[in-house]
This record gives sequence, structure tokens and C-alpha cells, in this order.
Amino acid sequence: MKKPVHEFTAEVPEWSPYVTPVDFETATPEQRAAMKITPSNKGVSAYVLTLAHDPESLDVRSPLFNLIMYGKDGLASAERELGATAASVVNRCIYCTAVHTSRFLNLTKRTDVVDAIFADERNARLEPRHQALFDFAAKLSTTPIEASADDAAKLKDVGLSELEQLDLVLSAAIFGWANRLMHTLGEPLA
Amino acid sequence: MTTLIEKLAGVPPDSKLGAALKVRAEVLRLSEAAHDAVLVPREPGGLSHALRAALAARMCRHVGNAALVAHYEGYLAHGGDAEVAPLAHPGGSIGDPRRDAMARHADMLTLAPRQATRGDIEALKAAGVSEPDIVRLSELAAFVNYQLRVIAGLTFLKEVEGR
Repeated sequence: MKKPVHEFTAEVPEWSPYVTPVDFETATPEQRAAMKITPSNKGVSAYVLTLAHDPESLDVRSPLFNLIMYGKDGLASAERELGATAASVVNRCIYCTAVHTSRFLNLTKRTDVVDAIFADERNARLEPRHQALFDFAAKLSTTPIEASADDAAKLKDVGLSELEQLDLVLSAAIFGWANRLMHTLGEPLA
Repeated sequence: MTTLIEKLAGVPPDSKLGAALKVRAEVLRLSEAAHDAVLVPREPGGLSHALRAALAARMCRHVGNAALVAHYEGYLAHGGDAEVAPLAHPGGSIGDPRRDAMARHADMLTLAPRQATRGDIEALKAAGVSEPDIVRLSELAAFVNYQLRVIAGLTFLKEVEGR
């Protein structure tokens, strides 16, 4: 019997919804289109089946998410993952944190960075470039929003171009969205 | 076409940040499409367009973005359902258990999503909110919080470039 996960981990858990997901077999054509079901792609997660209750949103959100997180130019992938992680730590989305720290680890092998974040969360001490990115993304994720132009200036100080700065804003903000679905509509199990 | 995020962030087009926004035009276009999908969907379910606008304005008041509040108040004024207007203000209620519960959930999703539990979803169900409407409400709140942060982030970056 799997149990809810309450502590941060880089081992990706299962996600179990609190609402009944859309039934794959009886999904409407619009829901199937939003879930990107094709003859060659029949594997649909419980998360996507849950979001298929609102196909108009899902249909736009998936390409937007992929473009922000996996676009080719601009901010390095690992640094987008760090922005995603900062938001997910602030919002305590255990599942999102696991997915995106594991991606960060695959890209960088920097277990020391992830260990520091899991140990001290928002107070984690990181090398200057990571610190600037992590702190800005975390402060942009709080309510009220704690970030300021001084925090943004630190991004420039550590050498981020305007496009990279923009990508960090987007990667943190899209997790202000993702966390509010993943963490509130279901729970991580392991 | 200028998207809402660009209009409210007010980034000078001839700045470096303005050039970066041009590179990310597709992100801005999809963000605008997402706005339409949560604010004025073809299939609104149990969340009327007016209720969506009221809740969006309420969340923007929590975060303190007056321009975005005004934007959603405009949608509310044209939404044809003045009854939900009190929900546009934090603490406001209309005496309808289902919609008042949705407003309280929007508050939690904006102010303290980290505290969310299964109990919050059970409370919505107990108040008569259907499961599809729980997902619709969550997408609305999640999108508005995304949009608030993109605009805030751009405003800070713009200020730094202008120093």
C-alpha cells in the first residue's frame, strides 16, 4: 500500500487525484484532442485525465508549458529547472519538486545543490549564479510577491542576458500555475 | 497584436527586454489564449463568465495589481451577472454556498497553496461544486497567479534595464 509523501525528494512519486479523472473510454472528442490522444499515443497520465475536465485550458496549457520549459534557445535547461524547483519549494508541491530536481540532476549531476535546497529550502546557500536565480524565482512565487528590482538586478550581475532573465520569470511563473494544480488536486504517493 | 501581458508590463519595444519578448512571441500568444480559455470559455460549466471575472479580480486584489483588477472588473461589468460582483472583493460573499465556497478556494489557491489538502477539495464537493468545476476553478486560479507573476517579473526586469 502506497502512502502520501510529505518530504521533499528527487525520487518521482506516483500522483493520485482527489477528483475522479475523465474516463479514457468515454472522453469527448474535445477532451481527446486536448489530451493529444493519437493512435500512437495512448498513454495518458492520471494528471492529464484530471485536467481533461477543462479541455479548453488543457489544450493551451500543454504547449505553453512545453515551450517555456523545453525551448531550445535562451536560459539553459538546468537553470529553468532551478526556477521551477524554487517555485515548487515555495508552494510545497512535493511532486513537481521531485520531477524538476530529478531533471536538474540528470542535466548537472549536482547533488550538492539539490541537497542544500532540500535541507534549507528557501534559505539554501548556493553558489552566486544559482543563488541569484533561485532567490529571484522563489521571491516571485510568494504571495505577496516578495521579489523586487534589486533581486532582478542580481540576475544581471551574475551575467544573465535579458532573454535568459525573461525565461527565468516564465519558468517560475508557469510553476505558479502547475503547482496550483498538481499540489491541490491530488497527492504524491510512494 | 499587443497581448495583455505586454500592455500591462509596458516594456519599451526598442529595449533589450522588448527584443527578448519578441523572441518569446509564441509564449505571449499562448498566454493570451490561456486567458481566454479560463475567462471566457465556450463551455463555462458551473462558472459563468461573470463569476470567473469576479474571482480573477478578487485574486488580483489579493496580490495588489490594480491594472489587472481593472481589466477583470471590465469583464465583470460586461458579464451580465451583477449578483456575483461582491465576490470580486476579498472577504466578499453572496450567500450562495456553492459560489462562496469557490471564492474561498480561490483565496487559498492565491494566498497559501502550500497549505492545500484533500479536505479543501472535499469542502468544495460538500458545497455542491462538481468535479469538472473544481478543475475549472483550479485552472482559473492557477492561470491568474501565473499571469500576475509574469507581469510582476517583467516590471522588475524593465526597471533594472532602465537604471
